Amino acid sequence: MGAALAALAAPLFKVLLMYCLHHILRALLLLLGMASAALAGPYEEALPKFANDSYADTDAAIGAVASSGNPLAVDVVEALRDGRLLIGSGQVFIRRSSGELINAATGQAWGSPAGELKPVRINNRLRRAIEAALGNLTLLSPDAGRRLEAARAVFRSRDEAVLPTLEKAIAQESQAHVRNALENARAAILLSQLDALPMQRLGAIETLEARGDQDALALLSNLPPDATPEMKAGAGKAVAGIHTRLALWEAVQNVWYGISLGSVLLLAAIGLAITFGTMGVINMAHGEMVMLGAYTTFVVQEIIRAYAPGLFGASLFIALPLAFLVAGAVGVLIERTVIRFLYGRPLETLLATWGISLILQQGVRTIFGPTNREVGTPAWMSGALEVGAMSLTYNRIAIVVFAFSVFAVLLLVLRYTSLGLYVRAVTQNRRMAGSMGIRTNRIDALAFGLGSGVAGIAGVALSQIDNVSPNLGQGYIIDSFMVVVFGGVGNLWGTLVGAMTLGIANKLLEPYAGAVLGKIVLLIAIILFIQRRPRGLFALKGRAVEA
Amino acid sequence: MSIFTMTRRNLVALTAAALVSGATLQAARAEETIKVGVLHSLSGTMAISETTLKDVMLMLVEEQNKKGGLLGRKLEAVVVDPASNWPLFAEKARELISQHKVSAVFGAWTSVSRKSVLPVFKELNSILFYPVQYEGEESERNVFYTGAAPNQQAIPAVDYLAKEEKVERWVLAGTDYVYPRTTNKILEAYLKSKGVKAEDIMISYTPFGHSDWQTIVADIKKFGSSGKKTAVVSTINGDANVPFYKELANQGVKATDIPVVAFSVGEEELAGIDTKPLVGHLAAWNYFQSVETPENKAFIEKWKTFTKNAKRVSNDPMEAHVIGFNMWVKAVEKAGTTDPDKVIDAIVGIQVPNLTGGVSEMLPNHHITKPVLIGEIKEDGQFDTVWQTDGLVSGDAWSKHLDGSKDLIADWQTLKCGNYNTVTKKCGS
Amino acid sequence: MRTQSFFDRQTTLVLSLLAAVAILVPSMNGLAAPGSALHLSDHLVPLLGKYVCFALLALSVDLIWGFCGILSLGHGAFFALGGYAMGMHLMRQIGPRGVYGDPILPDFMVFLNWKELPWFWHGFDSFPFAVLMVLLVPGALAFVFGWFAFRSRVTGVYLSIITQAMTFALMLAFFRNDMGLGGNNGLTDFKEILGFTVQAGSTRIVLFVLSVLALAGGYLLCRWVVGSTFGKVLVAVRDAESRTRFLGYRVEHYKLVVFTLSAMLAGIAGALYVPQVGIINPSEFAPAGSIEVVIWVAVGGRGTLAGPILGALLVNAGKTWFTAALPEFWLFALGGLFVFVTIFMPRGILGAVGDLWERSSQRFRSGRQPQPVTHAAE
Repeated sequence: MGAALAALAAPLFKVLLMYCLHHILRALLLLLGMASAALAGPYEEALPKFANDSYADTDAAIGAVASSGNPLAVDVVEALRDGRLLIGSGQVFIRRSSGELINAATGQAWGSPAGELKPVRINNRLRRAIEAALGNLTLLSPDAGRRLEAARAVFRSRDEAVLPTLEKAIAQESQAHVRNALENARAAILLSQLDALPMQRLGAIETLEARGDQDALALLSNLPPDATPEMKAGAGKAVAGIHTRLALWEAVQNVWYGISLGSVLLLAAIGLAITFGTMGVINMAHGEMVMLGAYTTFVVQEIIRAYAPGLFGASLFIALPLAFLVAGAVGVLIERTVIRFLYGRPLETLLATWGISLILQQGVRTIFGPTNREVGTPAWMSGALEVGAMSLTYNRIAIVVFAFSVFAVLLLVLRYTSLGLYVRAVTQNRRMAGSMGIRTNRIDALAFGLGSGVAGIAGVALSQIDNVSPNLGQGYIIDSFMVVVFGGVGNLWGTLVGAMTLGIANKLLEPYAGAVLGKIVLLIAIILFIQRRPRGLFALKGRAVEA
Repeated sequence: MSIFTMTRRNLVALTAAALVSGATLQAARAEETIKVGVLHSLSGTMAISETTLKDVMLMLVEEQNKKGGLLGRKLEAVVVDPASNWPLFAEKARELISQHKVSAVFGAWTSVSRKSVLPVFKELNSILFYPVQYEGEESERNVFYTGAAPNQQAIPAVDYLAKEEKVERWVLAGTDYVYPRTTNKILEAYLKSKGVKAEDIMISYTPFGHSDWQTIVADIKKFGSSGKKTAVVSTINGDANVPFYKELANQGVKATDIPVVAFSVGEEELAGIDTKPLVGHLAAWNYFQSVETPENKAFIEKWKTFTKNAKRVSNDPMEAHVIGFNMWVKAVEKAGTTDPDKVIDAIVGIQVPNLTGGVSEMLPNHHITKPVLIGEIKEDGQFDTVWQTDGLVSGDAWSKHLDGSKDLIADWQTLKCGNYNTVTKKCGS
Repeated sequence: MRTQSFFDRQTTLVLSLLAAVAILVPSMNGLAAPGSALHLSDHLVPLLGKYVCFALLALSVDLIWGFCGILSLGHGAFFALGGYAMGMHLMRQIGPRGVYGDPILPDFMVFLNWKELPWFWHGFDSFPFAVLMVLLVPGALAFVFGWFAFRSRVTGVYLSIITQAMTFALMLAFFRNDMGLGGNNGLTDFKEILGFTVQAGSTRIVLFVLSVLALAGGYLLCRWVVGSTFGKVLVAVRDAESRTRFLGYRVEHYKLVVFTLSAMLAGIAGALYVPQVGIINPSEFAPAGSIEVVIWVAVGGRGTLAGPILGALLVNAGKTWFTAALPEFWLFALGGLFVFVTIFMPRGILGAVGDLWERSSQRFRSGRQPQPVTHAAE
């Protein structure tokens, strides 16, 4: 019992102690602030410059604040970066993320409402100055992430004045990757520092050679004019090495771009592989199903923004089933009202579905307006993963993974579910399937709904990389047909191989031929390929061919 | 009108009765109102940008009517849809002028649509106000260019980057059509005249609606990591911008590293993008919605009321229509008639206040004076004006930086010529 | 046979209507005083001329789709190529009257710093050469394309999709400014044709009459082709390709000839279209445009020759009216038309009329009728 009480009390006590300490510290800080206000050091002299609304003055103020050593300096610079540094009646305030206002000069809370306060404006040059200042200020931060960021900022700014702090940071750094970044930053400074020891500068060249990326290349190819012959030789060797390495990575990167473009094509085409491939319906409204999926995502995000902003990160997952349902339902509707009258007349399904696509486009234009709609990217899909000398952006990784998952699921559905069995049966021999008791009408509707639904979820993914506008679908329809026809109709594997081949070929051609010529070359290649193999890569064999 | 009646009957009735009834109907109505043609696509790929301009025109006409109309008559807007189809632009222009007898037309978007309607306006001697920034190299008697010429947008933007951001290396990225091609030609010549070396300029063209920017953004990154400060000058057209900016953001190209200055990205385009990762990228225009002037405030107020949408944004081509419309109204009042010849003569020298606090004037070369503003994208999709020209800049019809056009000037007031060669002292060669 | 006489009456009717139009339009425009009830206003002449060119294009699609079962979704490409050939001639005719006054180079080359005329522009200053190219370029493309496609027995949907790929690739290519054909702006600002000002009313009338004559000529040619033995084989190919092949006909040769012929007709339509609308640009290659042509044919009635003419006129007149009166609803109307026609009028307006005709004649003499159109097998 007692032990339990003690166990409870201990953290409570800790919290109390922390609270007291915090307040004492704050009081001390305040005192310090007032004292220094009375003294009017460089910090206090610099602050009013923010109120001048002149970029040059703000620039000077950033430098002065950052080098003042005042404990509020980091807060001020960060607030400036985030647009939370406010000016009003000649005084400067910081708005905390909680909304609380603080007088930047004293650190005291400022109760009065933010009536006539305006944020200090910044431009790109100032953003760079802020970044550099923050880098210098946070090199010794207790947070490893911030130290890493600081190291990168110093690498970019190459501010010689920060070298002593940098040495100190390297000496006490415990995490290898942060230390590496810090050493890189030091190397970048040393390389251009005229009074550094030759040994140090040669060491810097080695460090940069090990780094081996574009930035290192840039530093090494622009040696300062005083470089010694040894340095030049070392740098020359390093540059050659980095070039080879980068060329290798570039090839890998192009293949990756190809895979990611292939995944986009796969997503766009896979629904078509079902409606066109297995049902023989030339669904020109396929692209509009993709568009409906993208607009569903937009609507879901709008609702989330309005009612549950916390769910934003999950918005795409919420949108997926809804997009499937919306596009699938429209698909079933189209099948029941139009397509079922046209089975056996594939060329006429083309015309009718083209008409439907025009109606859907104009419908969406009427409802949502002709302009692009904003679909946000959840935080977990922003940014990039650095692998070697290439960056894989998270949204592309997500799309590649997603495309393959959709493919796998679809394959399993067709292979192992009764719906899949029926669909395959109807595809292979409609009359026989009917005689076996399969309701072919129903299967047609469901299969068309499935294909359209898959197009809908493709729309969710494509909303992340393309415009969400009424024309969204138009951009994909021809490519989708090329993929399906190239891969071979009636075969999902063909669609996969077709999409990847076209994607990778396109991206490998692009650096040489340019985006347009590359695409033209590919189209011609497909036309010629169809002449050789009129039924695509993976052609169905046997009786189904003549059906 | 006449065509409608035609379709209701069958093919045989292609001829007489239908056409006749249409012709008489419109003759009877001709004197009632002053008609203003609105020639903007409401469907097709360009509808994205043009629908807004149609709404602006409707608002301006409504407002003018509230003020009592023009010359004691009401104005009437005639809206047609050229459906982003260039030959249809010419056909619709002809219809507006010949059939609806409009006094002036406000419209067209992109150079090709303007080039398509040009012969029609010349032949039927009517007036076109073209509200979009364009490549210059043109001055026609019947056309008034209220958008920016390259020297009112591109060159000041490059000057700003070179001066303020110390940019030494340039990527000129554009969609493959005439506006980017010409603008980049002018910029290339201009940069070289400022001492930029050929290897420090990278030019890249992409097709319309390009959506896969991975390779190009990677190239830009590579080009920009040479140690010299690099910037991208983007003349990428509307639709392709969203994926372009998304790719930039994802590959971590920040405005502080490689700023992008765009000439075709305004508030309307940004409304379709999540702008947080784009903060700091730039655009050069002659107007921003965020400009704080009483005129602009009043305009935005009216615009939001008219569209019944508090989120509707305003942009540069809209302001161009506002200026163009007000100039036309003043010119008609001055001439006392809507007769195109008289209006064309009267409008040169007309001054109207623009929305950014200055007074724009119609120049003899049929371009107008405008301020140039450089804005940085803010988190809310608006622009923060970081720089602007001291006064207004006069639009040049012919670029001083291109071999073919450096000797040409346009003057419809005294020389009565759109392409007067100052060397040979002749009009037209 | 009744079908035969139906066609014969149709031919007479079509030709007399076209003759009436060719006489009435100029006289109503030129002779009737402006303002009089019979006057046809100036802006309608090129508009009608445009419709007539579209009708010729639709006719060329009907020749291969309606009679040989080849659904081309790329016929816009042949139309545009013919148009470009004519456009290039008209550009060369501008001579030193361009804004830069360059005697040789078109304006767009001057401001993009081209120094000399690309090789493929040579010869276009001569009108006969240009006319030859109007026929040869689309014809050659169709021949090469058809040679490969028909030889390897690419049929049905696959053929449709690769024709679409063809026109799409051409569109991308022509959009490139490096092609030397004006890029997105295309060719425009024409001055004169054979010495006559393009914008002049009289030139317009002549072009209009020429278009009507070309349409009449095209109609007669198609009529002759489908009426000949050659035409019978085409219909056999449409209805049962394998069977025809087994009977010993070289199916691919028949297809190739008719495909090339059709492409040349489309080229002529394009060449007549360009001086009347005053611009040719790559959007004419857009796949959507070619699909629209197919719908004109479907609306009018494929396999009837007169049907596509009617369809092209009706749909385009509808487009002109809708885009002015109800701009927002144009796509709804067009889309609805596509769906309606394919479901409820699979044989188009003339097909339905033909059915009525036959049904009424059957009352007089019963007997089996050869079906003029069957739903073509894939």
